[in-house]
Amino acid sequence: MFTPQTEQDKQEMLQALGVSSVKDLLTISPDLLYPALDLPNALTEQELAAHMQELASKNKPLKNFIGAGCYEHFIPAAVPALSSRGEFLTAYTPYQAEASQGTLQTIYEFQSAICALFDMDVATASHYDGATAMTEAALACHRITNRTEIIISSHLHPHYKEVLKTYTQHLGLTIKEAKSTPAGTLDVEALKAQLSDQTACVVLPNPNFLGYLEEVDTISQITHESGALLVAVVNPISLGVLKTPGAYGADFAVAEGQCLGNPMSFGGPGLGIMTAKKAYVRQLPGRIVGIAKDHDGRRAFVLTLQAREQHIRREKASSNICSNEAICALNAVIYLTLLGPKGLQEVAELNVERAHQLADKISQVKGFEVETKSPFFNEFVVVCPIPAGQVIEKLAQKGIGAGYNLNRADKTKHNRLLVCATEMRSEKDIQAYVDALGEI
Amino acid sequence: MKEILKQGELSIEKSRPGRRGVRFAAVRRPAGDYLPGSCLRTQEPNLPELSEFDTVRHFTRLSQLNYSLDAQFYPLGSCTMKYNPKAYDTLSVLPSFASAHPFAPQIAVQGTLQILYELQELLKKITGLAAFTLQPAAGAHGELTGILTVRAYHDAHGNANRTEVIVPDTAHGTNPATANMAGYSVINIKSAADGCVDKEALQAALSEKTAAVMLTVPNTVGLFEKDIREIADMVHKAGALLYMDGANFNALIGLAKPADFGVDVMHLNLHKTFAAPHGGGGPGSGPVGAAAHVAPYLPKPIVTLENGVYTLHDTHESLGKMKAFYGNIAVCLRGYCYLRQFDGETLKTIAENAILNANYVRAKLKGKFNAFFDCPCMHECVLSINPAEMNGVHTTDVAKRLLDYGFYAPTIYFPLIVPEAMMVEPTETESKATLDAFVAALEAIYEEIQTDPQLVKGAPHTQCVNRIDEVSAARQPNLRW
Repeated sequence: MFTPQTEQDKQEMLQALGVSSVKDLLTISPDLLYPALDLPNALTEQELAAHMQELASKNKPLKNFIGAGCYEHFIPAAVPALSSRGEFLTAYTPYQAEASQGTLQTIYEFQSAICALFDMDVATASHYDGATAMTEAALACHRITNRTEIIISSHLHPHYKEVLKTYTQHLGLTIKEAKSTPAGTLDVEALKAQLSDQTACVVLPNPNFLGYLEEVDTISQITHESGALLVAVVNPISLGVLKTPGAYGADFAVAEGQCLGNPMSFGGPGLGIMTAKKAYVRQLPGRIVGIAKDHDGRRAFVLTLQAREQHIRREKASSNICSNEAICALNAVIYLTLLGPKGLQEVAELNVERAHQLADKISQVKGFEVETKSPFFNEFVVVCPIPAGQVIEKLAQKGIGAGYNLNRADKTKHNRLLVCATEMRSEKDIQAYVDALGEI
Repeated sequence: MKEILKQGELSIEKSRPGRRGVRFAAVRRPAGDYLPGSCLRTQEPNLPELSEFDTVRHFTRLSQLNYSLDAQFYPLGSCTMKYNPKAYDTLSVLPSFASAHPFAPQIAVQGTLQILYELQELLKKITGLAAFTLQPAAGAHGELTGILTVRAYHDAHGNANRTEVIVPDTAHGTNPATANMAGYSVINIKSAADGCVDKEALQAALSEKTAAVMLTVPNTVGLFEKDIREIADMVHKAGALLYMDGANFNALIGLAKPADFGVDVMHLNLHKTFAAPHGGGGPGSGPVGAAAHVAPYLPKPIVTLENGVYTLHDTHESLGKMKAFYGNIAVCLRGYCYLRQFDGETLKTIAENAILNANYVRAKLKGKFNAFFDCPCMHECVLSINPAEMNGVHTTDVAKRLLDYGFYAPTIYFPLIVPEAMMVEPTETESKATLDAFVAALEAIYEEIQTDPQLVKGAPHTQCVNRIDEVSAARQPNLRW
């Protein structure tokens, strides 16, 4: 039984309370009490397990070449083995720091590892996902600059665009899209013309949604020349080889951190990563862990800078965010600890190589063209001879997830497919993909 | 052993150059052969270099520095720290669930979509509301979703002049912060002497400018708003919507349906009422439900069932997206498991036991630690102490001393309207024996306060660190290695 009280316990407890039933304790008016619920029959654990297995079998696992903001990567066994320990999983927000040093130190190590990977000064304990972290960063830029315009790359993830729009629609902010060149990267000259003394920030995904690498140094420079801030949206795995947001002067760098040791799980939970330059630490939303001392002078970890947060500042807080994605952040820091600097470089290089091998082979399939001509990390655009939806359908029948149909992001384009290869795709998988395209 | 644990060495301090935890297959050519040098990283990140075994031992030891629900009674008020059944740990991450890509063809993810659809349906049944979205990633995220839904509703009905949200002072801190994030002005109202909404104050605050009233039910002092329907009528009469913060729904599940109260929009916390673990601070899940007239404005997409196929469906009037993908799916799967394990009768027993446990603790402590409102409570009781009568001992001292007795502390200094508050939520999954032990510990602490208050003020004495000077962390923040 889920509730351990025996009938005898219950009677003793009711007696201590001087009532004859729990109903006597309630102030809910009788006509509202005990409504009919019409729920299905309760399952035993064994029946539940069988039921869930049956539902799981209705999912058809695919050899996955889909990216578009959610990536399949290898997860070492030690990651879930450690993060699923009850001591981590069933603790809560470390309000009593002395009895929560485990959680607090892992968050401190997460913040540190992320700062090292991103080359940024400070990181928070995490946010809901990449899209909300990006949005909160843009809002922080608005508060810092007191400017009301946000310029986003037109090749920002379409869902991120929508989240930004939803969050900001009532706050008097304007969102403008920076044009892209026909080659698929941000049009630097056009951006220059768009920047003004009202621009709070430029939101720059790198790689962008189509997988292209941007001219980050130039964009950073012209953004700062206009007095605006730069919010970089990055792929954490790519930073094993790619230039870091810190190196090109990003003021905020955010990311979806699912790729660091977390399963895709149909898109959630994700891991919103938020980093910033030191100067902006007091504008950051959400929890941050810092080092303090105990009364004997020993190093200890605590939630800090809480004067930014809702439970103290209420309506004047920098955000309403309360919880974070602690277990996902724990997965990420265990992953980064296992890989270290060398492992991270290796996995990033494997992504570059496998994606380039795939692109090279696809470009040799008759009728298919790789549109991406400039540098990319692990994702690129393929132009198909037939609508991308049909390619996806045909490959799904062969157990292959062909990619993301770019028609979902741009209704005027029908034949373009966004294709990704991570280290999970072997050379054999790549050959199978190319063969399947050839049979279309 | 204890001394080793006490050192709290960072992973980076254990790092040895050249040590490896994981290695990957060799590449044929380095990244520089594929990408121009200007794109590349020039310096290795300062990450620890440890073996797999180093890493396992490091994090296992860190885990042992935590108090957790699996090992300790965790009576954290407002957080519903109920037992998290182990079956859900594995069933929510079965390989074909864990490996599902959010952009996979829908035909390849019918199992996941079916669960999400059925969870939406189950939540509708237990609340009586017309529709649910599973998109929000947490309770506060659900609040923002709910209030933006309210706003979309008003915008669609030409009510753009409604710019205020009324929040009682017993609300969670997230409520006013949420209203502010949605671009509303916050009108705070004081509670009545009985801890419930002051109806006169509410009436005075309601106007043609009111967009919504945010009500936590039961409220944060652990009391049910006994006049909830009257309140709902007042709110609706003023043309506003009633938002219910359902973080405390564990006290109501199976006992009453929010739709019957007149609630228009509400959120639930799957990591509280529906037994998903709290994970040291997440991930959670905060589904939002809406009555029929507000339902079309919920975020997109929503899972629908058409001709036997489950589909992510974008509704036309929706307020937009709140998150890149549709919800914290693995947490939703746990919530689904919970609701399939219990029928309506059992859910009722669950709520009743949660209420019984809280009242039992309240009654047993009476005379030593008194409830701020001397009346039966719902799922949690809010105690208050007067340091002047306790040899200068404050709530925080009692909380720290409880750690020495092997219990995590209740939520303290919340709600703000109760001085020196200590909010105890035992939940239904604790046995009478545990509650008796907890009461005995507080009684013992009460004795210590009389005989040796310094012992209590200096607590904790048994943890890996002593009392932490939290202010020291904010002075010169050290936030990373």
